[in-house]
Amino acid sequence: MTHQIAFISALIITIGIFSWTMARVFSYMKFTRPYKIRQWPARFGLMMKVAIGQTKIFRFPILGFLHALVFWGFCVILVGSLEMVIDGVAGTDRVLSFLGPVYNILMALGDISAIVIAFAIIVFLIRRWFLNVKRFSGIEMKHKSHTDASIALLMILFLMISLLGINTFYVAGSGWVYEGVFPVSAVIAPVFKSMSVETTHLLYEICWWSHILLIFVFVNTLPYSKHFHVFMSVPNVFLSRLEPLGKLTTMENITREIKLMMNPETAFAAPTEEQTEVCCFGVKDVEDVTWKNYLDSLACTECGRCTSVCPANITGKKLSPRKVMIDLRARMKEKGPGLVKNGRTYNDQKSLVRDYMSTEELWACTTCNACAMECPININHPSLIVDMRRFLVMEESAAPAELNTIFSNIENNGAPWQFSPEDRILWTEELFMNPKTKA
Amino acid sequence: MMEKVKVQVPVMAEVSASGKMPEYLWWVGSAGAFDDRYKKVSREFAKILTYLGTNYAILGAEETSSGDAARRAGNEMLFQMQALTIISILEEYKVKKIITCDPHVFNTFKNEYPDLDGKYEIIHHSQFLEENIKKGKLTLNAGIFGGKRVTYHDPCYLGRANSIYEPARNVIRATGATLVEMGRSHSSALCCGAGGGQMFKEAEKGDKEVFLERTEDALLTNPEYIITACPYCMVMMTDGLKYKNREEEIFNLDIAELVSRALEL
Repeated sequence: MTHQIAFISALIITIGIFSWTMARVFSYMKFTRPYKIRQWPARFGLMMKVAIGQTKIFRFPILGFLHALVFWGFCVILVGSLEMVIDGVAGTDRVLSFLGPVYNILMALGDISAIVIAFAIIVFLIRRWFLNVKRFSGIEMKHKSHTDASIALLMILFLMISLLGINTFYVAGSGWVYEGVFPVSAVIAPVFKSMSVETTHLLYEICWWSHILLIFVFVNTLPYSKHFHVFMSVPNVFLSRLEPLGKLTTMENITREIKLMMNPETAFAAPTEEQTEVCCFGVKDVEDVTWKNYLDSLACTECGRCTSVCPANITGKKLSPRKVMIDLRARMKEKGPGLVKNGRTYNDQKSLVRDYMSTEELWACTTCNACAMECPININHPSLIVDMRRFLVMEESAAPAELNTIFSNIENNGAPWQFSPEDRILWTEELFMNPKTKA
Repeated sequence: MMEKVKVQVPVMAEVSASGKMPEYLWWVGSAGAFDDRYKKVSREFAKILTYLGTNYAILGAEETSSGDAARRAGNEMLFQMQALTIISILEEYKVKKIITCDPHVFNTFKNEYPDLDGKYEIIHHSQFLEENIKKGKLTLNAGIFGGKRVTYHDPCYLGRANSIYEPARNVIRATGATLVEMGRSHSSALCCGAGGGQMFKEAEKGDKEVFLERTEDALLTNPEYIITACPYCMVMMTDGLKYKNREEEIFNLDIAELVSRALEL
């Protein structure tokens, strides 16, 4: 009974803190712009493929495979964790064992996953601590990012060790009659066969409590680190853009303005509610992004695959697609509380553009979409970069001089270069070919 | 040697005035009409269309910028003005099918104009050439490119933007050439550096030009020809070869030039 009371109290505290964090993080979303979700069945397929199937992470084959093993292992172990929670609350012991053969398979897979994940995490830690991986550095990679990564990886490692401990001492203390199948722990268990039953039970209890309490701590540290992706990746993939990467969003407020110019009669039509909405062009600050852009920034793991394939970054320019996501999240964290407190009009004399993202970075993008193609969780950086350019061009007329030249050429003579439209057929003159009849 | 014949490029206004309705509109694009290097590509593609007897026309003086570069440079207002103007011109001529040699034009017509009610069937010339080869309408002389080492640079706006990787490759294979892939190819291909308005401005400060990085990728395959399928990529790769002093021995051709040469037009 004391066990149950202790467990339930810990669980309530965990859920309480977690709910408070999530409510705060998501409360900022009401200040962002809309993003329409359509085609639900297609999204489900995409989620199964990209999130559950981990297809995009395999673009980096070796590390991708290790990550996929960790992810799939987590999914299996999650069932065991759920059982632990039920056992903890209800005071039962291995409540899911009634599943019989299914339970055996789940336990066996979980047991194997634990050691596989522990191995993968050790590889990740070695890469992070001892190898000079270019992807882990960059102007946007602050000390906190590395600390966060080390903390999260170590926690996962201890979760796996404690899980193996639970299984091992369960087997060792059972007198070899137990529920489930544990291919790894059953091999380790005989090491402890000289130990008394009381000691194995005590060690079992210690591992059990360490494991579950560590999960509770883990759950509440993730939202404060880049490892929030553990929760956000799957939803982010589910909600991702379904259009081809080449498509940019059409600004409907501009379409309305142009149609008004072309056909002034519509000016007398009563404006709909949507039309009266006050808005500026493009993205200047966090209120101008869509809630999906913000979700992207929360889901970003800072893995840097985007930056490692960015042509601008590869050739030494300041632009780093990863930084766009880190900046957006940091800026929302900075301005969000003020927005909640003082409302939409809150102004702290700063903005995402310029105070976080410099114009130099924004103008270096070739919109090649390599970053978006590479992102394992379908974050779309180029559309946000163009949205920020839209602000610079249409609100501030702050494009580089050469681009202003092509704008005026396109306006005046319909081409980026200064040629007359009449000259568009000059290339057809004096054109001769060998006479050939079709074969 | 037979005497050469003059190629007539039909212009939409004239064709339409005579009461005819071409099957395709060929969107030449600003680069195809004005860029000295890409004008040559337009000329070769015109020969191929003539050879095939394709029922097509160009807009000529009525054509104007698709607005793609303006849009990616952040000028949504200018993009939409261009797009809405073009859509009303195309409506007048009841255009249904469009061919273009420019992946950027292809992308904006295919994915972006529909939002403004401009809906067309849009075909990139690499797809058009592949289709006609498949149908047996283009008989390529294998003696010209047979066995030559050829590498293909994927334009971002065909590849990643629209998942079109194979048509140009199939065309290259049909010439009998040996296709050698670069380390970074298909969806992992490196950009030539010209997209998103970069074509028209100096690059930001860095330690290298993107087009050199990409040219080096291509040179590593030890090619005799670098094939591109985009006017921007052509400018960049040609510059890269010049910069590396390799333009005398390695040739940068558009997929249309490759086919036209293999047809001995």
